[in-house]
Amino acid sequence: MPRQHYVAAIDQGTTSSRCIVFDQGGNIISVAQREHRQIFPRPGWVEHDAAEIWEAVRAVLDDAVGGLDIAALGITNQRETTVVWDRLTGEPVSPAIVWQDTRTDGLIRSLAGSEELFRERAGLPLTTYFSGPKLRWLLEETPGLRGRAERGEVLFGTVDSWLIWKLTGRHVTDVTNASRTLMMNIHTLAWDDDLLAVLDVPRAMLPEIRPSVEVYGHHRGIPVASALGDQQAALFGQTCFAPGETKSTYGSGSFLLMNTGHEPVTSKHGLLTTVGYQIGDAPATYALEGAIAVTGSLVQWLRDNLGLISSAAEIETLAKTVDDNGGCYFVPAFSGLFAPHWRSDARGVIAGLTAFVTKGHIARAVLEATAFQTREVVDAMDADAGLALTSLRVDGGMTADNLLMQTLADVLAVPVIRPVVAETTALGAAYAAGLATGYWPDLDSLRANWHRAAEWRPVAGGPSRERDYHYWKKAVARTLDWVEQ
Amino acid sequence: MGETIQSVERAAAILRLLASGSRQLGVAELARAMGLPKGTLHGILRTLVHVGFVEQDGVTGKYRLGATLLHLGSSYLDVNELRARSLNWADGLAGRSRESVWIGTFHEGQVLVIHHVFRPDDSMQVLQVGAHLPAHATALGKVLLAFDPYGEAPLPLAACTKKTILAREALHQELDLARARGWAADMEEFEEGEVSVAAPIKDGRGVAVGAIGIRGAVERLAADGRLDMDVVSYVRDAARAISRDLAR
Ligand SMILES: Nc1ncnc2c1ncn2[C@@H]1O[C@H](COP(=O)(O)OP(=O)(O)OP(=O)(O)O)[C@@H](O)[C@H]1O
Ligand SMILES: [Mg+2]
Repeated sequence: MPRQHYVAAIDQGTTSSRCIVFDQGGNIISVAQREHRQIFPRPGWVEHDAAEIWEAVRAVLDDAVGGLDIAALGITNQRETTVVWDRLTGEPVSPAIVWQDTRTDGLIRSLAGSEELFRERAGLPLTTYFSGPKLRWLLEETPGLRGRAERGEVLFGTVDSWLIWKLTGRHVTDVTNASRTLMMNIHTLAWDDDLLAVLDVPRAMLPEIRPSVEVYGHHRGIPVASALGDQQAALFGQTCFAPGETKSTYGSGSFLLMNTGHEPVTSKHGLLTTVGYQIGDAPATYALEGAIAVTGSLVQWLRDNLGLISSAAEIETLAKTVDDNGGCYFVPAFSGLFAPHWRSDARGVIAGLTAFVTKGHIARAVLEATAFQTREVVDAMDADAGLALTSLRVDGGMTADNLLMQTLADVLAVPVIRPVVAETTALGAAYAAGLATGYWPDLDSLRANWHRAAEWRPVAGGPSRERDYHYWKKAVARTLDWVEQ
Repeated sequence: MGETIQSVERAAAILRLLASGSRQLGVAELARAMGLPKGTLHGILRTLVHVGFVEQDGVTGKYRLGATLLHLGSSYLDVNELRARSLNWADGLAGRSRESVWIGTFHEGQVLVIHHVFRPDDSMQVLQVGAHLPAHATALGKVLLAFDPYGEAPLPLAACTKKTILAREALHQELDLARARGWAADMEEFEEGEVSVAAPIKDGRGVAVGAIGIRGAVERLAADGRLDMDVVSYVRDAARAISRDLAR
């Protein structure tokens, strides 16, 4: 019998880096995980140390892969987070600016005249979320950086690009990550000179845009064979390969993506147009995306900043000490509001407080916030698609929360389905890498691995559900216009 | 008051100091606070580190309270936490065994189902989280009775099928066997035509906090009347992986 080969995936997330090894059936063989620091230098600023991230990735790779025979390595990553490093030393020249960071607020306002251009060319609203403005901010605020960038001495990349550089020495990025920069033309899949001119970013520092599924190079003899933004990887891991297929991932934030086939579809309801994946030279597959900035990280905030729980999972225990939210609603607009509102002037509120409200009600409100925010993007998706979602495929760490999954089914009034691998982000990157190297023959062989692991059906009824959602919307209205120009 | 042992008193004083204020202290700071020479503290600290009550920071060399000590008072593991920590391994077990996976804890004489992964064949199945199962008639229950320090089956033992164990003595033998082998099975003792296998999930102190197992048709899991030992090893692997994770 030949030696058993596996495929490994690095999942470089916002809060931690993981390496997971899968077998041909898509089953987890080994896992290693390591957290890195979240650096909050000022309100609204969120930074990572890219060198620390690389150290973590190296460590988890060694831990998970040790002794196993690995046929291919895939990469998936937190998106939009912006890294600039020295071409010669390979060291970061500034802190990495994380996707949640809102420091580019003022810059965004000054670019408002080009809003339509960005929407048309990049398929994205002009907001603090994406990489381009973050890069521009670094070029302006770091002494000497612009000159070095123009001379090609320093390089820009999102985290995929940073890791591929470290693993293989090549300066490339995958097209899904490039589609989150506000610098790539969503139709041609190339850097757009007009967008670069508006952002004033020198082309010399940008990576080459490559397909998501191809061998970029080798690391210790192992082909590095895929890169996908984490949400696109989850779409791939959920095997949403046909137009209309949709998944929602519940991690630090939550992201609902619908495959829209080979044409970029423009949303009229606040969703993003993004690249889903591109397999080798084949035409790219696009997706519509509803991005929610804060869901799981609100649970973490309750743990770390308020100390109401000692682990994320305890939120369910705490929430179950009461039967409902006691009239309390929590809108976690910590980084403004993302889809479908796109309001960077919003900040978080807890609304409906009375002397009756206990920490149990707050815990409920925290879980409901995830469900209501999902409802908002599902409504937007339904409106764009002209038809209603009939069930929702979910994944990510928060799917361990049964109360949340049941609440989600109730709020959406559709069944919520979790597949047999909750770690679909890593699985998707592994699938892509295995596809590039022939470990898996085709998309159908991946589809055959998808199985239902759990299903939550709606039970709580209509009128009360609609009343709750009505109050949620009132609470959302109270977050707006908080930050003043 | 009778004789007291000086080094135990000093160990207690070290723990009190580490539990107060700035959390990490070097040996010099401890010595100063206790008015003792550093040399006197080294042996005590080494012993405290050895039993896990104190940890030494690899970088700074300073001391802090150890995880073992922090967990000493609380034998309780939140069931939602147990589910979250088990998720990946339960999925993997379902994938490998091609059967449904169940995690249970002991609750008022019965097994409380805290996690359930469907059999991965996309057939119609209903989520059973929150259901109660009889302890003496299921593999999960036998494991919990055998390993959980508080596990005791309510008497009399109720019959679920013709094969349910009803005699106390027979059940005790079955539990002895489970303890000796590290796993348990139910051979159509709960539902006719169904077999289940389970193994204990233990926390960092080696205390059983739950059980994980699979359940499926007797034709698949025990074709010629003998249990498929591959499946038993999948179950035990998953239980060990979760236990390892909980110990971290
Ligand atoms: N049982 C639970 N109930 C509610 N929230 C939970 C539960 N378990 C985990 N979470 C939340 O889920 C998140 C972790 O999920 P996951 O591991 O998928 O995220 P992640 O991939 O680390 O996120 P990122 O990729 O953004 O770093 C955390 O924000 C945590 O607060
Ligand atoms: Mg993630």
